[in-house]
Amino acid sequence: MLIEEIIEKTNLIFVDEFEVDEDELSPEAILRDALELDSLDYVDLVVAIESCFSVKLVAEDFKEVDTLQSFYDLLAKKING
Amino acid sequence: MGIYSCIGENLQEVKESLYQGKSGVVFQQERKDFGYRSGLTGVVKVPNLKKELSRRQRISMDDESLFAYVATKEALENAKLDEDFLEKNDVGILYGNDSTAKAVVESTDIVREKKDTTLVGSGGIFKAMNSTVTMNLSTIFKLKGVNFTISAACASGSHSLGVGYMMIKNGLQDTVICGGAQEINLFATASFDGLGVFSTNEANPTQASRPFDMSRDGLIPSGGAATLILESYESAIKRGAPIIAELVGYGFSSNGGHISTPNVDGPSKAMKKALQQAGVHPDEVDYVNAHATSTPLGDANEAKAIYEVFGENGPAVSSTKSMTGHECWMAGASEVIYSLLMMQNSFVAPNINLENPDEDAAKLNLIKTTVNKKIDVFLSNSFGFGGTNSALVVKKYKG
Repeated sequence: MLIEEIIEKTNLIFVDEFEVDEDELSPEAILRDALELDSLDYVDLVVAIESCFSVKLVAEDFKEVDTLQSFYDLLAKKING
Repeated sequence: MGIYSCIGENLQEVKESLYQGKSGVVFQQERKDFGYRSGLTGVVKVPNLKKELSRRQRISMDDESLFAYVATKEALENAKLDEDFLEKNDVGILYGNDSTAKAVVESTDIVREKKDTTLVGSGGIFKAMNSTVTMNLSTIFKLKGVNFTISAACASGSHSLGVGYMMIKNGLQDTVICGGAQEINLFATASFDGLGVFSTNEANPTQASRPFDMSRDGLIPSGGAATLILESYESAIKRGAPIIAELVGYGFSSNGGHISTPNVDGPSKAMKKALQQAGVHPDEVDYVNAHATSTPLGDANEAKAIYEVFGENGPAVSSTKSMTGHECWMAGASEVIYSLLMMQNSFVAPNINLENPDEDAAKLNLIKTTVNKKIDVFLSNSFGFGGTNSALVVKKYKG
């Protein structure tokens, strides 16, 4: 899957399910801050990603994530192998 | 007080329905297709609270909590309790709820299919616990007082008021949010339907719930939520609260018998204890809101119990379940609200569909059509599986 498609679908999840303003979704934004994630929200992010891309994220995956761009990259790695 | 029910989504709508004797019962083919004996049910819309509550708040709430939020918001507004008061005072919550069937089924289905518990999502646990309503509302309204759920089958809502009353009477709390909530969905009452106690008069949904009538053939499940604010007199006076009435008696008992078959002595004892505690003579009671669900034995035994307590020439009696169906965990609270609306507006709502009272019911002063009448004192009955009984006595506040 192309990175552009991953970004588009992921941003749609952020807007629709996490109710984030689209303007806040810049690649350099910090994922935790942009989505106002608490520990419970990470669980919902895992659910939404699995439902959309059929890939499973685990807690360790988030260690390499800070910005949205790094999250898109993580997904690309998971999806495209 | 505040209400979200199948006969209205707020106090004004419910008052009109009660006065007009309007039924909220419908037939749903979906129930039959699922395997129910009876396709009859009360229905309420699932409210869309996206504009009022955050994603984090909503994700932990299933239908019963959403219903309870709407009812509680109306109750807080009517009681003139604002965020500032809730922030600065130890307001408690005691709410009746006895199932979270849909949430349990849905989360279990996900695990069965996906073989991964994470995919249930973060809200699953908070939706599936029996205390879901109290945990959600206490968080949303930032409550700091007593906080737990009362599970007592179809008397849950009534016992929540009774326990709240005891808390206040004993000086442990000044203000408690009480009530009851009941989910309505295919999963909530399937096993109840399986007992064969639901009415199958599907050709006439609005006439199917007929408490005390000879031709009654069972109850109709229903739901929603009802919230009442209980407050000590001193606290209410101090903040200039609009006082509606005074809860003066809470009688309870357990039948100590069959798990589902009701008796006469248990309900009779609860009513007598409530009246005794209230210091109210049976002759002073203007209205009894009966538990009567439209089951053959339950209604007959309650009629015997009411007659035993009040005797001949007793108070006006009606079962509002004739209109609402059986609101189960919510019923004990909603029926106090229905009775309070009658008290506030000086009428007795009818026991609709009562054409031919049976032998026991014929001894009671059953109200078949709306009667304009002043109510100063009423008693509300609620009974549940396991033989749990609760009776509440309420007096009009006259200032």
